[in-house]
Amino acid sequence: MSRHIFRTTAAVCGLMMMSAASSHNSILSAGDWRQFRGNAADSVAAGESLPTDLSGSTIAWKTELPGRGLSGPIIVDNRVFVSASSGYSQDRLHVLCFDGGAGNKLWEREFQASGRTWTHEKMSNATPTMAADGQRVFAFFSSNDLICLDLEGRLLWYRGLGSEYPNASNSLGMSSSPVVVGSTVVVQVESDAEAFACGVDTVSGETRWTIERPRAANWTSPTILPATDKHPALVLLQSSKGVTAVDPETGTVAWQFDKGASTIPSATVIGGAVVIPSNGLTAVRPGESGLEQLWNSGNLSPATASPVAVDGLALVLNSSGVLNAGNMENGERLWQLRLRGPFSSTPIVANGYLYAFNEAGVAFVVRPEQDKGTVISELDLGETILCSPGVANGAIYVRSDQHLIKLASPR
Amino acid sequence: MITVSVFMNNIGQRLLAALLMLSVLPQLSLASAADATADAIALLQAARPGGVGSVENQRAAAVLVQQGEAAVLPILQGFRKASPVGENWLRNAFEQIDSDLTAAKKTIPPKVLEGFIADVSNAPAARRLAYESLRRQDPAAEARLIPGLLLDPSPEFRRDAVALLVKEAAAVEGPAAIALYRKAFSGAVHEDQVKQISEALRKAGETVDISRHFGFVSSWMIAGPFDNREEKGFAVAYAPEAEITADGPDLAREYDGMDAKKVRWQAIETGDDFGVVDIAKQIENYKGSAMYASAVWNSSAAQTLQVRLGTPNAWKLWVNGKLVFEREEYHRSSQMDQYAVPISLQAGRNIIALKICQNEQTQDWAQKYQYQLRICDTTGAGVLPVTAAAATQTSGEVK
Repeated sequence: MSRHIFRTTAAVCGLMMMSAASSHNSILSAGDWRQFRGNAADSVAAGESLPTDLSGSTIAWKTELPGRGLSGPIIVDNRVFVSASSGYSQDRLHVLCFDGGAGNKLWEREFQASGRTWTHEKMSNATPTMAADGQRVFAFFSSNDLICLDLEGRLLWYRGLGSEYPNASNSLGMSSSPVVVGSTVVVQVESDAEAFACGVDTVSGETRWTIERPRAANWTSPTILPATDKHPALVLLQSSKGVTAVDPETGTVAWQFDKGASTIPSATVIGGAVVIPSNGLTAVRPGESGLEQLWNSGNLSPATASPVAVDGLALVLNSSGVLNAGNMENGERLWQLRLRGPFSSTPIVANGYLYAFNEAGVAFVVRPEQDKGTVISELDLGETILCSPGVANGAIYVRSDQHLIKLASPR
Repeated sequence: MITVSVFMNNIGQRLLAALLMLSVLPQLSLASAADATADAIALLQAARPGGVGSVENQRAAAVLVQQGEAAVLPILQGFRKASPVGENWLRNAFEQIDSDLTAAKKTIPPKVLEGFIADVSNAPAARRLAYESLRRQDPAAEARLIPGLLLDPSPEFRRDAVALLVKEAAAVEGPAAIALYRKAFSGAVHEDQVKQISEALRKAGETVDISRHFGFVSSWMIAGPFDNREEKGFAVAYAPEAEITADGPDLAREYDGMDAKKVRWQAIETGDDFGVVDIAKQIENYKGSAMYASAVWNSSAAQTLQVRLGTPNAWKLWVNGKLVFEREEYHRSSQMDQYAVPISLQAGRNIIALKICQNEQTQDWAQKYQYQLRICDTTGAGVLPVTAAAATQTSGEVK
């Protein structure tokens, strides 16, 4: 092939591929819910108005899934993506795409796990929630398979981190969900035997950076500290040692909080403050002179669900299924509301209301006020719900081992 | 000699050309299309870890998808020599074509799929993929094909065949049921099915040797305890470790163990169905200790098999003196087949050796000090050792 023909061919192919990508979605939709706990990883569905009077009529649709999972749904351009795993040893990895409107399946892709797939029976290989950048989706599994597809289900790259790091596994299962910042997808893979975090180029799938992490079992997920005029966006990596803020482009450590932290619920960033499940709950604010501790409260102790905030309140679900509200200014506990736990799912906040799903599949809508919390409505979905919900376009999406369910106001 | 990078570049250039021509010349000659398919499959088969070459892989997959039905059989055949990452690239191309054909109300010819499934020399994962595509268009394929796949190289086919037999057995009684359960047992490779079948057979008064069926190693020589307080002993090569060679340890030796204990190798047998050697019960739950275990496994031939290990304790595994894998994790559950480690065995005598470490956790759930180890093939079917005499003969023949 002559050089000229090769250049022309490459150009045409490049155009074809760009065209294929852009024809389907290259613009982030305002109604997207692109990763675990939402676009900002804070569980807040900004601008969304969801039904507060949940009932059977708010179940817009319910569709079958081919496998188990604790992973929550994500939404890109009104398409709902969710992962699942199936097979005797949970080694079959599913990535599914549904139409958010009607609930029909648009496509399904399956892969063979390359890492260890066994988990505790409560967990499954499909525990981490997917992530997306608007043009691509990233499915991550307990087996440490990291899969990138375009929105039409075409494989763009495949990382078998389970075979690249064969000791980085947990016999109970891994659950850390990836986050996307700019053009990097960040994953945290931490176990007793081997632990690392890495930033992967969203386009090529190649590793940009890898850092060693504390060698200890860890089920938390990275979160995002948004960019300010003082610093670029940072990714916060939590472990039993504390929280490490890293530059998502390079993995360079920006600062560390070293007072220890939980290995199950993850930190949440609220108005520039980092609320960390540490010695109960601890709020810190990174500043030019270092990390300033705002408050610590032993009365606000999250169990599995991560903390959320609404209207100046920090809200945590404890191990007794009690919702605790604290003052975001000083950490003082203001009130408690007994819900029926246990909860694995992190609640979401929309339009001033809290939506929490317990493990038995009961959804609670709570109106949190300064002096009390009130349950506005409940809906028993009748299926085990362990995932954290996704929210987009006036609807809440949750999944069980059997179904993907959409809750929305009746039309 | 052609280097890999040159090879890749040449294929990459040809794929670019193929992608262009396929898009603008629908009447591309069959020979050119076949070349493009072969090039694309070769590239995807060699897909590398680390995300390297993803752009080239995307182009190769696009070439295959554009060829549609014509690429189906070569894709499936390509699984045989594909890397694990490569298999997933080929799978995605297959699924895209299958979806496209379904959307166009077309199907992959069932005869092509059924012929591919019938050939057990094809990759098990590809045969299963073909089967599931076939079953979508022809649900009757299950009843037609599955009963003949009881001893298949695919554990998934075996599982389906076992399930059908168990269902049949449950519907009858007496000798007919026993015969069906026995047949199902012969193909079962999964713990849940073996437990279900064994329970039914034992209830009917039948004898079942689960341990032998799965290939558990039940006779061991064990030496210990050695010091593992503060989990520091995992990395320490105590005296027996230096003796874990291809010839095995000197079983007559005495060592200085933990707390100045004199330690000797002792024979331990387990009669557990699932091969569990319970150190805490059969010896003692020495907190903060390490034990060494050694077993002889006589192989009928030089072969690659798997060690499947279950333990809640930290461990190291050696085969014929070579460290195969090590893992420092304590009390994150224990399951049969928790770990699968490929091993190379020589014809004749082989030494399987373990180091098992207990830590000092005090919780109730952290008191297990045990392991279960079996030798099996890639389907999970147990493989048994031969007798020492046969092994000597085999080993002599190889020499």
